[in-house]
Amino acid sequence: MPTFFEKKQLVTPGELLAEGDYLPGENTYMEENKIYAQRIGLVDDENKKVNVVALRAFYVPKVGDIVIGTVVEVGFNGWTIDIKSPYTALLRASDVLSRPFKPQNDELSQVLNAGDLIVAKIASYDRAHDPQLTVGEPGLGKITRGQIMRVVPTKIPRVIGRKGSMISMIKQETGCQIILGLNGVILVTGKTPEDEEFAMSAIKKIEQESHISGLTDRITQLLKENKVKVEENKIE
Amino acid sequence: MSSPLTRVRLKQISQLIEKGKRLDERGLHDYRDLKIELGLIERAEGSARVLLGKTEVLVGVKVETGEPFPDTPNDGVQTVNAELVPIASPNFEPGPPDENSIELARIVDRGIRESKAIDTEKLCIEPGKKVFVVFIDVYVLNHDGNLIDASALAAMSALINTKMPNYEVKDGELKIKQGYTPLPLKNHPITVTIGKIGNTLIVDPWAEEEQVMDSRFTMAIKDDGNICAIQKGLSGFFTPQQILEASKLAQQKAAELRKKLNW
Amino acid sequence: MNEKTEKLIDKKGIRLDGRKADELRPIKLQVGVLGNADGSAYIEHGKNKILAAAFGPREMHPKHLALPDRMVLRCRYHMAPFSVQERKSPAPSRREIELSKVIRESLEPALFLELYPRTGIDLYVEVLQADGGTRCAAITAAALAIADAGVPMRDLVVACAAGKIDDTVVLDLYDAEDKLGAADVPLAYMPALNAVTLLQMDGVLSPDEFEKAVDMAMTGCKKIYEMQKEALKTKYMVVKEVEE
Repeated sequence: MPTFFEKKQLVTPGELLAEGDYLPGENTYMEENKIYAQRIGLVDDENKKVNVVALRAFYVPKVGDIVIGTVVEVGFNGWTIDIKSPYTALLRASDVLSRPFKPQNDELSQVLNAGDLIVAKIASYDRAHDPQLTVGEPGLGKITRGQIMRVVPTKIPRVIGRKGSMISMIKQETGCQIILGLNGVILVTGKTPEDEEFAMSAIKKIEQESHISGLTDRITQLLKENKVKVEENKIE
Repeated sequence: MSSPLTRVRLKQISQLIEKGKRLDERGLHDYRDLKIELGLIERAEGSARVLLGKTEVLVGVKVETGEPFPDTPNDGVQTVNAELVPIASPNFEPGPPDENSIELARIVDRGIRESKAIDTEKLCIEPGKKVFVVFIDVYVLNHDGNLIDASALAAMSALINTKMPNYEVKDGELKIKQGYTPLPLKNHPITVTIGKIGNTLIVDPWAEEEQVMDSRFTMAIKDDGNICAIQKGLSGFFTPQQILEASKLAQQKAAELRKKLNW
Repeated sequence: MNEKTEKLIDKKGIRLDGRKADELRPIKLQVGVLGNADGSAYIEHGKNKILAAAFGPREMHPKHLALPDRMVLRCRYHMAPFSVQERKSPAPSRREIELSKVIRESLEPALFLELYPRTGIDLYVEVLQADGGTRCAAITAAALAIADAGVPMRDLVVACAAGKIDDTVVLDLYDAEDKLGAADVPLAYMPALNAVTLLQMDGVLSPDEFEKAVDMAMTGCKKIYEMQKEALKTKYMVVKEVEE
């Protein structure tokens, strides 16, 4: 039974990918034994499962995911957070304040105000309720330094790399702290804005060229070249 | 009646349909009982009330004078409006026409207009200046499914019932004379709506079937069997094969109705 | 009936704009043209110039219109006042309201509505210039805008009209042909699933002519579908050459 594509081929919604003994994976669906693409992306198959890595997609919350979001509104007992998803997220005051929350006394906007950035974890989410966030773990909370960038959420795994190898390399070579929100929002904090911008450009390159083989080598090359440049500038 | 059906009921209806049966024991291609009453609104120049099963639609026709459209200076004007008044269903709210009543009005209008049912040339009083304007107002009184067919039947019946006052034009002025003339009609289009549930086509869907139905196909057919309007509705789809099937079925039902009504 | 002094299609089968009976008007498609929309597309189909923008899926406003178990698609088809020969009032006309409904109903079958409950997609179609067949061009662009927004779809929806001028069934009527011709049959289609999602007709056709028009419109649709795929791929194609 056949597949109808070449590895990493660009496909559009509705394109017939396979027929017969295959399973519909990411961004595909099955109708009468035929598998079709649901989104524009690059198609591949692994162990009889046909997947499309979407080039354009939005983030759907999953419990346990680390996300980076912006405070949109300060409410009566919590905050509304924009996590770049069809669903707005909520962060309860009780999650942030270590003591019992008294609505009359506590001024929530002093803790987190509209426009603030936070790193949080999806604590709960289901079809009937908006996602609830928590910042009650180490590494989570308000962001005070660094720059924010966005990539298509489906590319985050590629930015991480196999066993974290890609992201570790970027962190090491640029000296930046990088937090990858699974909702496609990334926080880069470095010693200088130049370091941060360089890390961001490396990540952007991964997003754009992830489907072209030899990416790891190219990124390694890019980082080395920059290191040399930085050294040269220092000498001058 | 109009509360959303339970899942169990919806399933029951579609399972029955698959087996070729309907809850009210009709055949898949049968109409409900049809009753047409003419001339019940004396103030209107023409009127008709249609009872299709429990669906009830009243149409009143008013004939007034007005200006012709600039691109048809010698033709009378036809306008159709539909109101889904709140008494007809707990789901209808008072207010300006929503997309459903606008679509209904425009489908009824299309059938009458494209078939040239009204002989608009004969409605010219003074070329370029004064013509008769035929107002067709569709008033849905009870919604129990298939508003389109009931409304179209009522509209056409009301037109058949319409009488215009005799007149003469003297010194540029319109003078009403004694007596009446029937509204000049050239055609009697019949509109048939086919509903699709799963892969089965049904004729004259009633309200509960409409909640299970995923698409509908409406066709208006002239006296000579030619087609003068089509509208696919709802959020499902038809295969090209099903389109042809629905088209043939609509034509067949229109011919049957035409014979029954003697139009 | 007004006497036609001119034939819309001559003895050699050539129409007033030089096309043959089964020829499409020139079509240009661009995806991702509006920076603020989640997805967008622009179409030029003959003299039609139409912009489509999709926002969402996102929270519904007002909230009470959201459905607990599925996504809601809202569609607004709107013509700019300067899009037609005689200036059109900006207020929505009954025609625009009907078209908004049928366009929405032509796109819904392509969406997996149950995937994102309580959300909505707002689709706006702005007709900047109109020359017949705007609802079809609008659907073609709208489907691209939705795909460009990253919304999962069963297939792209493509639309094209056929009709009858003089006594000939022809493809893709422009405004003059629509106004003076005998019938117009707009049709929207999802080729992968062989699904007709929009079908209307005004005018008069015999049952055979209707069948022929449907056939012709579907052939037109399949050609435009290839252009849609091309336009979508063009936006997302990355430079393949990489410096070593």
